[in-house]
Amino acid sequence: MNFNIVISTGSSTPIYKQITDQVKRAVASGQLTVADQLPSVRALAESLVLNPNTVARAYTDLAREGMIETRPGRGVFIIQKRKVFAREEGLRRLEPLLEALLGEAMALDFTPEELKAALDQKLNQWQPRAGDESKDNQ
Amino acid sequence: MKHEPVIQTRGLTRYYGARAVVQDLNLEVPRGSVFAFLGRNGSGKTTTIRMLLGLVAPTRGGGSLLGCDIRALTPAIRARVGYLTEEHQLYGWMKVREMGAFQAPFYPRWQDKIFQGVIGHFGLKPEAKVKDLSRGQRAGLSLALTLAPDPELLILDDPALGLDPVARRSLVESMIYLTRRSDRTIFFSSHNLADVERVADQIAVLDFSVLRACCPLETFRSSVQEVQLRFAGAPPPLPNIPGLLQAFRTERELRVTCIHYNGETERALRQLSPLSLEILPMGLEDAFISYLGERGEKSFILADAEVAS
Repeated sequence: MNFNIVISTGSSTPIYKQITDQVKRAVASGQLTVADQLPSVRALAESLVLNPNTVARAYTDLAREGMIETRPGRGVFIIQKRKVFAREEGLRRLEPLLEALLGEAMALDFTPEELKAALDQKLNQWQPRAGDESKDNQ
Repeated sequence: MKHEPVIQTRGLTRYYGARAVVQDLNLEVPRGSVFAFLGRNGSGKTTTIRMLLGLVAPTRGGGSLLGCDIRALTPAIRARVGYLTEEHQLYGWMKVREMGAFQAPFYPRWQDKIFQGVIGHFGLKPEAKVKDLSRGQRAGLSLALTLAPDPELLILDDPALGLDPVARRSLVESMIYLTRRSDRTIFFSSHNLADVERVADQIAVLDFSVLRACCPLETFRSSVQEVQLRFAGAPPPLPNIPGLLQAFRTERELRVTCIHYNGETERALRQLSPLSLEILPMGLEDAFISYLGERGEKSFILADAEVAS
């Protein structure tokens, strides 16, 4: 597993959110897969030089979203994702991201076709999560 | 016991002559927190800290430190508190090792392992003479002397002042190391918000002698928000907006920073009928600056002639 979290202070994204975002991205891109282990709260806090509560908050959020699980005495692991958001809530969360993507793409003079092609290409590069059934909501 | 705050003040006030340096301070520092005490220079932070330690008598009000009245601190209570100031007493003619050996007998809980660990972390040689140390190394030695008695409560008055980035990082790492014991509390004042963001979970903000915030860091950051309003022409005058901190106008745009942005704030802003209204995320430093900066409306527009001349 080749996964490192990089945080920056002074950002408009809170540090706990930088951690959750990076874990989610690593999972979505296949860099982290089911049963991969994450550092303990204490270990990650010391290596990133952060208050352990900040890391704990990030892990709590990830656990609540069904991305990770803490097994007492063994560590923190990526788990097969449970469906935690209703489709509707998922769409609501996706909306601002789509807005941002479209805004940037338009500013860069992409045509809708070019944007679709670029998106398809990216989707092909990202391996689906191992063991993830994306249709499990139906 | 566990839930009793380690520091608590009620109406703590100090006057110097006719001038209130600290006014009506109600502060509560939970056990186990890393608590950043923020405020601009001269806002009363050091005087507050000195009152907490019984070094300055309050004019009015009072408080407690580890459950003991700050006007009547006993040696036993003081021994459980580590206090680091800029003017830590170091003897130039002693060696680093000797400074440790000199201080150890004063503290029943002195742990040489901690002393060695901290001086090692700051790259200090035990045989080095104190007078030959750099500023960052002196800070490391002071910190080692403060941490070795294994204090329950660590009070640091602007520990990062004058330190280079490497020494500052060592300081922050030492603070994080200390949180391994969940019953240890750190109360520190600082101007370095990047460090605060890393290490603190609670903050208090002092402004012109008055406490303006005392809450978890994330609560503070998320309650200050910037809203960007775009207009077809010049932005209209700003009505009375609840929680307005600052407004900044440019040719076709109004940027408003508010505290506790909510539906009511948004309705008031929508009445200006902007083309668009967008909430922009804000970093801790920006939130802090708008919170403590001058209130009201500003613009930064200089006439072309002024720029040219």
